[in-house]
Amino acid sequence: MKIELIVAAIFVIFTAQFIYMSSTTDAEYGGADGQAGDVILELTGGNYEPIAEPIWEPPSGEIESLLFGLQAAFGALVIGYFFGYYKGKTIKDQS
Amino acid sequence: MHIMEGFLPGPWWQIWFAVSIPVIMYGMHKLNKLTTEKREVLPLLAVAGAFIFVLSSLKLPSVTGSCSHPTGTGMAAILFGPAITAVLGTIVLVYQALFLAHGGFTTLGANVFSMGIVGPVVAYVIYKIGMRSNINFYVTVFLAATLGDLTTYLVTSAELALAFPAEVGGVFMSFKAFATIFALTQIPLAIMEGAVTALIFKYVIQVKSDVLVKLNVISDTGVRKIKEMAA
Repeated sequence: MKIELIVAAIFVIFTAQFIYMSSTTDAEYGGADGQAGDVILELTGGNYEPIAEPIWEPPSGEIESLLFGLQAAFGALVIGYFFGYYKGKTIKDQS
Repeated sequence: MHIMEGFLPGPWWQIWFAVSIPVIMYGMHKLNKLTTEKREVLPLLAVAGAFIFVLSSLKLPSVTGSCSHPTGTGMAAILFGPAITAVLGTIVLVYQALFLAHGGFTTLGANVFSMGIVGPVVAYVIYKIGMRSNINFYVTVFLAATLGDLTTYLVTSAELALAFPAEVGGVFMSFKAFATIFALTQIPLAIMEGAVTALIFKYVIQVKSDVLVKLNVISDTGVRKIKEMAA
């Protein structure tokens, strides 16, 4: 149980931090990669042209979260499936 | 957070491809060997890959007021070593570059180098040192995954700094600017990743510790010690 509690505690601290920060500051919570892009523009005096554009971009933020959600769901499905498989096998082997 | 499409000018993006491709090739070779010789590890391989999928899809808000995501590569690095992790990391990076415009194909080499190679190498080495010096298994896993994650973002910062040295102060000043964005944002996320990785290892030991022994991740006596501690 100990590790579960530690993870839960970290999660609570993390959430509290987020609630506090998002209600007291006007942080935009943009991506860190976008911020790096801004620094690049600054370092190059604003005339850096990206050498390539993404082949395809999600048409909206909604579609983007859909695809991120699918990615997480697929991963979670695989993890859950095999842990259940192993667990079931262990129980069967013991009996 | 990976380097965005088009944001590495030549010759840098070619250089990182040149560095990463041999490692991926070696990883594919090792992966082939593993899957033909030890078929019983396949489910665990799938879980390690899926773990990267889940963690790298979670863009979390951090103390700096910006978002970033964990890498999830620590688990695979500890279980299968950095080379195979590089292959798994590449799959995730290609998915995100193709469907999410997150990262990119010109920057794929650089992103594989930071997330798929250097981060996992650091995680792997820390794990081995920790196990040899008899530090608690879960503390070792936590440290390996946390520092591997942080390293990934330090390397990303270094890659950008090398490509965009500041006029005053050069590469070092640029590195400081990029590391402030990436690494600072990453610290809380890296800690979270370390804790979650330790947790998933707890479950792997509960249900399938014999595969860990077979993969030389942990010794028989090591497993027994952990199980006694939990009992």
